[in-house]
Amino acid sequence: MNFDLAILSLIIAAGSIGAILFRDLVHSVLSLAVTFFGLAGVYLRLGAEFIAFSQVIVYVGAVAILALFVVILTRKGERAAESRFSADRLLPLAVCSMLFVGLAAAAWSSSIKSRPELASATASMRQLGRELMSSYVVPLEVLGLLLTACMIGATILALNDDRESNPDEDKPHSSH
Amino acid sequence: MIELADQLFVVLKREILALLPVAIQPLASVFLSIGPIITVFATLFAVTTILERKGLGRLQNRFGPNRVGPFGVLQPLADGIKALIKEDVVPLRTDRVLHFIAPVIIMAAALLAYSVLPFGRNMIALDLDTGVLFFFAVGASTELAIFMAGWSCRNKYAMLGAMRAIAQMISYEIPLILSTVGVLMTAGTLSTVGIVEAQGGFTGLFPNWHVFTPWGFAGFVLFLIAATAEANRSPFDLPEGESELVAGYFTEYSGFKFAMFFFGEYLGLFAAHALAITLFLGGWHAPVAFLDWVPSYLWFFVKLLGLIVLSIWVRGTMPRLRSDQLMVFAWKFMLPMALVNLLAAGLWRFTGAGPLGWLICGSLVAIAYVWLGSHMALGKPMPKRQYRFAE
Amino acid sequence: MLGTGLIKGMAETARNFAGSFFQEDRLTTVQYPEERIPTKEAARSFPFLVFDGDDAAKGLRCVSCQICEKECPPQCIYIVKDTTKKPDYMGKLQFQPKIFDIDVSVCMSCQICVEVCPFDAIKMNVEYEMSRFGRFEDLLIHKQQLAKPNEYFHKIHPTDAAEVDARLAAEKLKAEAKAKADAEAKVKAAAAAAAAAAAAATATPATGAAPKPKPATPAAPAAPASVDQPAKPAVTTPPAPSTP
Repeated sequence: MNFDLAILSLIIAAGSIGAILFRDLVHSVLSLAVTFFGLAGVYLRLGAEFIAFSQVIVYVGAVAILALFVVILTRKGERAAESRFSADRLLPLAVCSMLFVGLAAAAWSSSIKSRPELASATASMRQLGRELMSSYVVPLEVLGLLLTACMIGATILALNDDRESNPDEDKPHSSH
Repeated sequence: MIELADQLFVVLKREILALLPVAIQPLASVFLSIGPIITVFATLFAVTTILERKGLGRLQNRFGPNRVGPFGVLQPLADGIKALIKEDVVPLRTDRVLHFIAPVIIMAAALLAYSVLPFGRNMIALDLDTGVLFFFAVGASTELAIFMAGWSCRNKYAMLGAMRAIAQMISYEIPLILSTVGVLMTAGTLSTVGIVEAQGGFTGLFPNWHVFTPWGFAGFVLFLIAATAEANRSPFDLPEGESELVAGYFTEYSGFKFAMFFFGEYLGLFAAHALAITLFLGGWHAPVAFLDWVPSYLWFFVKLLGLIVLSIWVRGTMPRLRSDQLMVFAWKFMLPMALVNLLAAGLWRFTGAGPLGWLICGSLVAIAYVWLGSHMALGKPMPKRQYRFAE
Repeated sequence: MLGTGLIKGMAETARNFAGSFFQEDRLTTVQYPEERIPTKEAARSFPFLVFDGDDAAKGLRCVSCQICEKECPPQCIYIVKDTTKKPDYMGKLQFQPKIFDIDVSVCMSCQICVEVCPFDAIKMNVEYEMSRFGRFEDLLIHKQQLAKPNEYFHKIHPTDAAEVDARLAAEKLKAEAKAKADAEAKVKAAAAAAAAAAAAATATPATGAAPKPKPATPAAPAAPASVDQPAKPAVTTPPAPSTP
């Protein structure tokens, strides 16, 4: 029995359930961050250190913070307390349970149970780097291009807002 | 004898472990690693508070605290007792859970960062293959805790302070990480032990530290500035500026939780300085060859104290940066500078460590610095004021 | 260039740091309980009563006219007049206060009591370390604590004290001179009256009008009645407006 994997799965499940069920949006984003930490723990358990820490840096340090900023900046007063169980929730509950049952059946009846435990990842950082630069260089470059496009798009969006609100500025000024 | 002095703590730990039963040895090993770290850095925190207050006082032509002990050295004790016995005021409408765990997470994150720092030869708590990445991952958790602290108070000043603090921290995370990539390229490993070992040896009079290269020097300065901003320390302490935002994101904290925030902030600063020493200043290596006999951990702490003194000095000198000035500095100066630094570090690998390397990489860094630092990149300087009624 | 400001600033603070150990005049801190800044002459904190001489009971200038009690805006002075009188610096018998209390928790140091006192009896002290443990009763200062000698007044407000002393001395001198003149006049009048009485007695012993011992109303205070005109003072008693 993989005790540590069981605990990590519990953390992930609890975090995700909390993310859905919490009334306060900030609480749900924070429990999502707990889920991310749990996932990082799973990666560590499997020996993928780089992925684990990148998960923390990217998801917790950037995505969760972004979600929090979105929640704060777009709130209009307190959310009205809604009841937990209403007719609205029956349909999604039904769909999700069917999905869960289907996936669990597929996983149970596959050959994963009978395989021996997966050996930890043995790739060191050097190997990872070499693979990225040799076998996986095209996806790497595409990712870089995608990120650059995102950054340029964000800058243009912010710049446009600036120009629209100050039409008589002919030069972009330094303060944002 | 020198060897023993140098490896004193390693040998001590091994001996104590040998005395314990085999079953609890892993657990005991963990405690024996982290116990000294926590004690030493807590003491360093206490020493730094009094050093800072007296140092700032002398820098500002006044005495620091000098009532509590001889020359005020027992002041941290008085501060600690005060923080412990103060009433813990929790406002009525705060989020109790978030309010409580925010300082806990800050402390935990700050202390976790020490596990990958080599304090001496063979003296590291966790020899990870990706130590530097672990350090930055832990720094990301700090931001979350600051947000929780600001949000739980339901106080607009606290919220503003938290937003500013997070904006500042994520803006300065990029130059922080980019300035270390040059070091990683040269050392070829993410492991902190490996990086320190790559800085051993001497070329002529100078040690092989990364700070003695053009890209290393620029990277060091960039790293220190970004680390100061990450730790919300003056001159970047707008989020906690007393005159602007009451106390920013920890307005509603009192007593011990407040002390926890301070503790966490200072510990984060020490960790960032310790990483700067590891990456740029050669870790626990001696600066001159004939002083090799001094134990390695002593060199580490001497360098750490030097950086702390530098940080106190800068705090006593510079006025606080405004929010927009801070952001402009991060995105328009430090980010391009860090990228140019990266380029210079890459070129250094091809030109090697010689006059040609210094010429090319040094001039690249210097030109970028001068151009970025001039007003062209940072925006127009403020025009001379025109007064309508006054003379 | 970016960064030169920081370097210059750091050099300046380094100079401050080094100088604070070696130059005496850099550190302007006054280590409070051990060193105190001497108070300025025009400083004021709470009132006190002045007495001349050594004995507070005998030399207290206050005559309990109660003007300060009435003029005090927050009404922090409480005076009860004593029934017995005592002589003041000029020898005249005046009232004295039996109880003179000032509540310094109420007093606002406005100095109005000092300004209205006609006898220069109440002046402003400069002592500021008046903290007490009791909140109400300890901050009510009584007559014995309020009375301080004139030398103390000289010490804390030398110019004022000198001016008051000079004025009081001048008045005393004038009063003495006047008293002497009056005494002389009285002696002359008595002598004149005696001479007139003698003359009248020898002339008209029946009319007892002349030897009316005219009270030596200071008819001509400045005019030194010449001795060789004995009759004049008795006859000529012009009701000149006496200016004592």
